Amino acid sequence: MKQVMDYIEIKVPAKPDYVGVIRLTLSGIVSRMGYTYEEIEDMKIAVSEAATNAVQHAYAKDEGGEVIVGFAIYQDKLEIMVADSGKSFNFLEIKNTLQPYTESSTVEQLSEGGLGLYLIETLMDEVRVLNHSGVTVFMMKYLGGERENHDETNSRRETFEERN
Amino acid sequence: MDLKIDKQQNDRKIVVTLAGEIDAFTAPKLREELLPFAQGNTIIVNLRDVSYLDSTGLGVFVGLFKQLKKTDGELQLIELSDRLKRLFEITGLSHVMNISAN
Repeated sequence: MKQVMDYIEIKVPAKPDYVGVIRLTLSGIVSRMGYTYEEIEDMKIAVSEAATNAVQHAYAKDEGGEVIVGFAIYQDKLEIMVADSGKSFNFLEIKNTLQPYTESSTVEQLSEGGLGLYLIETLMDEVRVLNHSGVTVFMMKYLGGERENHDETNSRRETFEERN
Repeated sequence: MDLKIDKQQNDRKIVVTLAGEIDAFTAPKLREELLPFAQGNTIIVNLRDVSYLDSTGLGVFVGLFKQLKKTDGELQLIELSDRLKRLFEITGLSHVMNISAN
């Protein structure tokens, strides 16, 4: 597997006011990576949906806090992780604990986040969700519409299941 | 990153022109501005200058749509860019709501 070339993390208050700031940060990062306009717009929606979800979660519990967004830049893809815990995280470690996005997670998430997670799933190449006291959403988009073949994706999921 | 909301009311027809981004920050304002008018009126929303829209904005339009339907009103979304149209299509909303590119 290819190594992360660069890693960028931003932390914003868990308020709707700053979802646009996250979007701008994403735009700045991806416009240098060579994604098409369509792909960039898709990613802007996906990351905003995850951030909105995190903000609303923090609001619902009335605890304020912060949203952290991590961007892992690879040669051939971008991985984004959005967490509402407000704590800095080890990107790779968390990534490995995340579950594949499934239908069952949809139901629970949809009631809270509306169409949000459905859109993330539709607009990104791979999505994983971690439900703990908060929600962490991991998403990934390949450059140039390049996708891993299914076998590889499946084998990674199996590895995950074996470990648990 | 703000949203400009312009409303022109002519009897039971309200033309709303939006410019900017509709997201978690601006959607509540949009809902507040428009929902009181969703009582049996025809609301036409021009989305030509909307540069960004996500599920929070879609949620506002769904709310308007439901309220108008209940009160024998009508919601028309016009001048959607290809991007916006796609968003309504992948969420299935284009099948229920009245949207057009013109």
